[in-house]
Amino acid sequence: MTLALYVPRASAVHRLPAGLKLLCLAVLAVALFALPTITAAGAALAGVLAVGLLVARLPVAVLARQARAVRWWLLALLVVHALTTDLLTGAHVALRLLTLVLAAAVVTATTRVSEMVAVVETVCAPLRLVGVRPARVGLAITLALRFIPVLTERADRIRAAQAARGGSPRGVRALRTTIAPLLVQVLQMAHDVSEALDARGADVEPPRAAWRRS
Amino acid sequence: MRFRRPGAVAAGTDTADPGRGLELRGVGHRYGDRVVLEGIDVTLTEPRVGVIGANGSGKSTFARLLNGLVVPDQGQVLVDGLDTRTQVRAVRRRVGFVFQDPDAQIVHPTVAEDVGYGLENQGVPADERAARVAEVLARHGLAGHADHPAHLLSGGQKQLLAIAGVLVMRPARIVFDEPTTLLDLVNARRVGDLIAGLEQQVVVVTHQLDLLHDFDRVLVVDGGRVVEDAGPGPAVAAYRTLMADR
Repeated sequence: MTLALYVPRASAVHRLPAGLKLLCLAVLAVALFALPTITAAGAALAGVLAVGLLVARLPVAVLARQARAVRWWLLALLVVHALTTDLLTGAHVALRLLTLVLAAAVVTATTRVSEMVAVVETVCAPLRLVGVRPARVGLAITLALRFIPVLTERADRIRAAQAARGGSPRGVRALRTTIAPLLVQVLQMAHDVSEALDARGADVEPPRAAWRRS
Repeated sequence: MRFRRPGAVAAGTDTADPGRGLELRGVGHRYGDRVVLEGIDVTLTEPRVGVIGANGSGKSTFARLLNGLVVPDQGQVLVDGLDTRTQVRAVRRRVGFVFQDPDAQIVHPTVAEDVGYGLENQGVPADERAARVAEVLARHGLAGHADHPAHLLSGGQKQLLAIAGVLVMRPARIVFDEPTTLLDLVNARRVGDLIAGLEQQVVVVTHQLDLLHDFDRVLVVDGGRVVEDAGPGPAVAAYRTLMADR
């Protein structure tokens, strides 16, 4: 699985603060609904593509991948609206969603995870008053992004091992037989990662003494 | 992202004595009813120390004792005179730890961000952090991968990244827990050469016996005890004899 979110480039968009980019994304989302015309949505899409491809110099494939990921949703919106309202309204709604998805992709591809997490930590700072630690929220997001591809790879490995021994790689049964060993691996990995976090100075609790090790 | 623990010992304010090395005094440890280590009394001051033993012999627990990842049930572990039980944060600033599986050690999605993680925890300013990360990546052939997704690196590159993430923190000592087990011959040799060139004191737990040929001291752990403590030649010979009798 490829979860290569950030695309390094020396562009003005890359240099913008992550908070500002997220703010622009939010403003765009509001504006798309505040200006309910298909022309406005088309202009916004053209603007997003111009910023992403010409200013940020992102590869077309990066945006195309995100568009592909939502193509069935877009089609469903188009069809539902064609049946219940009219095709033009469907095209407008689909265009609006596509614009937002691509805008989010531009922000993601031009912003390092650490910068994004720093914004989340800043936004979460007031939650300290109710006992939430912003650093923990940020760490949780970072770890989730880091381990999605790792766990996907582990699941693929388990499926391959089962297929090598005659198991079916597809179907509900395969899903069931994958989940249990994957869960065991996830728990073991969670322990290993917590040790690594401790070793790299993120220790928040006294070290555990009871864990089986050879 | 930084976690602060109340009462933690800040760098530079501890009372460490670097000449004392790693001291294990009457150390014993058990998991439930199973005794994994007992009666360990060693002081490690040599620059290169190897630890070998069969699976389940207790050597990984031994390694984890050295930077406070495991606190002994009995006895005391001292790093430059600092007790791992009470001064764990100061201990971990002095002792880096490299795990067998780099996938578990790499916690950030991209290479440079991951290398900078430990420095962030130490409160190193952003400018200095960026300079140190760039320097360590360049030194270990990862400069061109700074913004590369970590999960797309090869196994050897991942292990180099894991080591870079420790080296950037400039610990005085580094513990390696089977650092070459998951690597092919070329990458194992590369990591072995890297370890050999380190200026820090290193303690290497390994099954790869040729990694230890120029080490100063090798401990053989068996049944939770240090059964041989000698130079690499005699220690490896004793280990082979021990295993041949099984």
